[in-house]
Amino acid sequence: MDKLPRWADVALIPVVNLVLALIVSGIVVTLIGENPFDAMMIMVNGAVGSTYGWGYTLFYATNFVFTGLAVAVAFHARLFNIGGEGQAQLGSLGVALVCLYIPWPHWTLALPGAIVGGALFGAAWAAIPAYLQARRGSHIVITTIMFNFIASALLVYLLITSLKAPGMAPETARFPEATYLPTAQDFFAAIGIPFARTPLNVSFIVALIACWLVWLLMWRMRLGYEIRAFGHSEPAAIYAGISPFRITMVAMLISGALAGLMGINAVMGEQQRLLQDNVLGAGFVGIAVALMGRSHPVGVLLAAILFGALYQGGAELEFETSVPREMVVVIQALVILFTGALDGMVRGPLEKAFLRYRKQPKPGVAAE
Amino acid sequence: MADGPAPAIELRGISKAFGAVQANKDISIRVMPGTIHGIIGENGAGKSTLMSILYGFYRADAGEILIAGRKTDIPDSQAAIRAGIGMVFQHFKLVENFTVLENIVLGAEEGVLLNTSLGKARKLLRQLSDEYELHVDPDALIEDLGVGMQQRVEILKALYRQADILILDEPTGVLTPAEADHLFRILRGLKDQGKTVVLITHKLREIMEITDTVSVMRRGQMTATVRTAETSPEKLAELMVGRKVLLQVDKAPPRPGEVVLKVENLRIHDEQGVERLRGVSFDVRAGEVLGIAGVAGNGQSELLEVLGGMRPAQGGTVQLTGEALDLTGSRSDARTRRARGIAHVPEDRQREGLIMDFHAWENVGFGYHDDPAYNRGVLMDNDALRRDAEAKIARFDVRPADCWQKARNFSGGNQQKIVVAREIERDPVLLLVGQPTRGVDIGAIEFIHQQIVALRDAGRAVLLVSVELDEILSLSDRIAVMFDGRIMGERLPDTTDERELGLLMAGITDTDRPVATAEVEANLARSGGKAR
Amino acid sequence: MDFLTVVQILDSTVRLATPLLLACLAGLFSERAGVVDIGLEGKMLIAAFFSAAVAYSTGSVWLGLLAGVAASMVFGVIHGLASITFRGDQLISGVALNFLASGMTVLIAQDWFAQGGRTPALDGAARFSSIDLPGAGALRDVPFIGPIYDDLISGHTILVYVAVLMVPLSWYVLFRTRFGLRLRAVGENPGAVDTAGISVVRLRYSAVLICGFLCGLAGAYLATGLAAGFVKDMTAGRGYIALAALIFAKWRPWYALGACLLFGLLESIGNRYQSLDLLGLQIPSQFMQALPYILTVVILAGFVGKATPPRAGGTPYVKEK
Repeated sequence: MDKLPRWADVALIPVVNLVLALIVSGIVVTLIGENPFDAMMIMVNGAVGSTYGWGYTLFYATNFVFTGLAVAVAFHARLFNIGGEGQAQLGSLGVALVCLYIPWPHWTLALPGAIVGGALFGAAWAAIPAYLQARRGSHIVITTIMFNFIASALLVYLLITSLKAPGMAPETARFPEATYLPTAQDFFAAIGIPFARTPLNVSFIVALIACWLVWLLMWRMRLGYEIRAFGHSEPAAIYAGISPFRITMVAMLISGALAGLMGINAVMGEQQRLLQDNVLGAGFVGIAVALMGRSHPVGVLLAAILFGALYQGGAELEFETSVPREMVVVIQALVILFTGALDGMVRGPLEKAFLRYRKQPKPGVAAE
Repeated sequence: MADGPAPAIELRGISKAFGAVQANKDISIRVMPGTIHGIIGENGAGKSTLMSILYGFYRADAGEILIAGRKTDIPDSQAAIRAGIGMVFQHFKLVENFTVLENIVLGAEEGVLLNTSLGKARKLLRQLSDEYELHVDPDALIEDLGVGMQQRVEILKALYRQADILILDEPTGVLTPAEADHLFRILRGLKDQGKTVVLITHKLREIMEITDTVSVMRRGQMTATVRTAETSPEKLAELMVGRKVLLQVDKAPPRPGEVVLKVENLRIHDEQGVERLRGVSFDVRAGEVLGIAGVAGNGQSELLEVLGGMRPAQGGTVQLTGEALDLTGSRSDARTRRARGIAHVPEDRQREGLIMDFHAWENVGFGYHDDPAYNRGVLMDNDALRRDAEAKIARFDVRPADCWQKARNFSGGNQQKIVVAREIERDPVLLLVGQPTRGVDIGAIEFIHQQIVALRDAGRAVLLVSVELDEILSLSDRIAVMFDGRIMGERLPDTTDERELGLLMAGITDTDRPVATAEVEANLARSGGKAR
Repeated sequence: MDFLTVVQILDSTVRLATPLLLACLAGLFSERAGVVDIGLEGKMLIAAFFSAAVAYSTGSVWLGLLAGVAASMVFGVIHGLASITFRGDQLISGVALNFLASGMTVLIAQDWFAQGGRTPALDGAARFSSIDLPGAGALRDVPFIGPIYDDLISGHTILVYVAVLMVPLSWYVLFRTRFGLRLRAVGENPGAVDTAGISVVRLRYSAVLICGFLCGLAGAYLATGLAAGFVKDMTAGRGYIALAALIFAKWRPWYALGACLLFGLLESIGNRYQSLDLLGLQIPSQFMQALPYILTVVILAGFVGKATPPRAGGTPYVKEK
């Protein structure tokens, strides 16, 4: 019998972890002289109290769905991809190149093109760490961290040399108008509902489809079965004829591609040009999102929306109080800490509590 | 025993539960000083838990411990060491890239600086080695020593800490019979010096051979404590299992047919370039069981892995029903082997044979998940998998009969039944079986043995690898003995015995002449056979 | 490139290598004990902030140092709680602490000083001043030796010399003392340590605390020695470069010195030249900045000697028989 019922494992523990993170955050807010409940209200209102709030919340959530799924898929293969940041940077580059150098007639054609570009570049940036892990045993955590730094150096270099648009700022030229993605405002206006002007765009739908595809992949397809089997036990995978090299490569390529897709939302959907840093830490938020979402697409989606709300609420908080938006980084850190690293702190006592509810110890089935 | 000396160890009413599992229940024993006391029981009977409590690894939920008549609290290993208890664990607790000397002083250093304590330890070590015939090179790295030597380091560690009580947990699992003999000589020597020895084992033979008294454990309880001289293996087996046990497998004489598997001059290097198979040749016919005997680490595992498609070979050929198998290229993987009709019950079911966090139904398709019966287009047909799992669980009497349980929630025997059901029900041309009954309760052992014999009677070829000589002797139609990556010889089970096989296992082919244990040891040290 | 330029580059190499070296040795103690720490960055950052903040408020760099070290050690304890006591994932804990430091420093800096996440500039006794070694002035005009002694060896702050002394000290502690033997053992096989009657938990906590202490020195040096105050995210990936240096050094103190000097040199050259002309090839400064990371990847790939980490690294210890 499992130590915990399933609902406790997938729902109760993440919620308790989240509450703990929020309590500690509240203490931090109190210490810097603000009322944590007021702060909370401002954040909630700012995030979901208006179509403007919702628009930004879901816009951020779209980024986090992509990076969260990226981390989650790698987690299933027991690979910790910290390189989402760099892969998203490169994905953004791919999206930008597709938008800048191919004369698209309409966004419906540009979007699939950008999806391919972003995914390819993101996957390519994950390919080298994946190969080194699979063939040379180089620890993927360290190599992906290194690749984040290399990616940002590369992007800076490109943006001050070959891709630089005329002017002072290190950025590309604006994309042609035909590549602009329809926003939620456009969409709701078409059916006669007023919606505030926000960067929320059709990429959100792409993110939802990505969630469904990842679910299909992981739980309904042989490849997902093999990825999960490999993640649980490499010797078992070899025993079953599953090639560790192939799974490591494929899982990381999918992971990198998902991270790279963030570019369609951030670059194509919002900035419409490539900046020095388009990712703004979303690659790392993906870690928190995947941990909270227990690496399941539904969990990732919910956690991404939560973090989207935190980011949007945090911006409002900075606007209305003296709390800087770094508060969100603190909350994010605490969520990672409590759900990822201090999980045992909650799990241990909970398991004991559930055990007490069950029947008394029985002799027999002894463990040695 | 009324007025003699106080018992070296006395346990009163020890109980310990892990979650819902009661590992030890109200256990009381007395072990007199200067004796060798055996604790026997099946896997999972609670022997190791009990000894871990005595060594301060776990705290008992209830009960008390008396050492030399004095009530002693043992909250941690430090306290156990202070109470004069030394323990040799089944998996050695040595730092591989430290020297023997460093391992021995670790935790018992004198002073803050290393050099002084190493110097002192070196002297004391020399005395101990002479006194107990425990010779090891103090400056050798542990990773360069064979298992027998590593075990000596463990014993020396305990003696260095002036242990009066030495507990050994399944110490012979990795030794040849000759090495085990030598170990027993050392233990008798320790006993003569007045030390108390507790031997935990599941092998009846060892209990009969060396112990003075024996306690039997079953399902967390102590069922009896008797003088060894006043009992018999049959009686002990019955106490262990709770019913009469057949120690022999019933089987009809073999009717060998065509050669199914032909292995010629097979060679394998490991990652460090050390040769693990040095030209192995044999064949297995349809309708027979070929047993491969040998001490763990002499190449048997690698042999199974090559045949099962888990690693490439560096030389030689393998033919299955007359057709060569790819040993190095892209078709040398396990998937291709299965397609050729080779089924494989691996040595380590928890690491290899099952995904412990998968449900039983997901495990039933493991390795065969490409089978069209389990798939519908690009998607897997999970319903078909579950139906098949339920059928197999029913036919093999897996308990609990619930295909939604995770593999880790089944007992060892039931886990193995899932693996065996999956592999045997494919009706393979060749079945590879490694350690089929390791960590399996006796009821399941009988069942699994019957399944293997039935497959052989159906005219299939079976290659069996086991470190349990009893199992090899009772299941095999022919026995090949491996030592240091070579096959030392083939014997028939009816015309050989444990002594002869034991010598072959130590690399001595000239089995008729008298052999000194020193020679056995020298051979084994040379082979560098290591437990994996 | 003339001789004086070389001396200047090397002088800046020493200064830039110092925080790397301290953090690298910090990681060395932690990882040798089996606790992987990718949170070096966060520890340095939190130490940098608290040392600068307290040094500014009290006017004493020593009190600042103390505060920085204390903050870093608190982070060490949190990492210990997660990875030792609650047996959580050490990598994830490190990631979390890096973010925590990144957010907290700005948050508190804004609350205390309201200067956009930085501390006011430090001067006088609130900074570490350089130490002139005896005879530096007198030797200044001696050709060759003079500039080397005066610029390169003399004239650094105390923490630079502390960092260099830490190298032989770490070596001695690890390889010549009882504590070192146990520490290395717990990183290789904690089971051996536990059954020998020594507390795995206590050993690993001491390693984590030493790690916190050394990271504290590194961070304090950044904010009060190398720079004059704290600015947002001022560690700028140095914690990761230290981690890279640790792998480069194969977890050995003397190699760590070499690796950190190399990475310091790369940073120093990158700072000095916008682009470098090497045999007719234009090397952009971004390449120089990325070079430590590229080199580490090459090392990790095993093309230049295999780096084998301590065997029990990254795994929490669970008793088993």
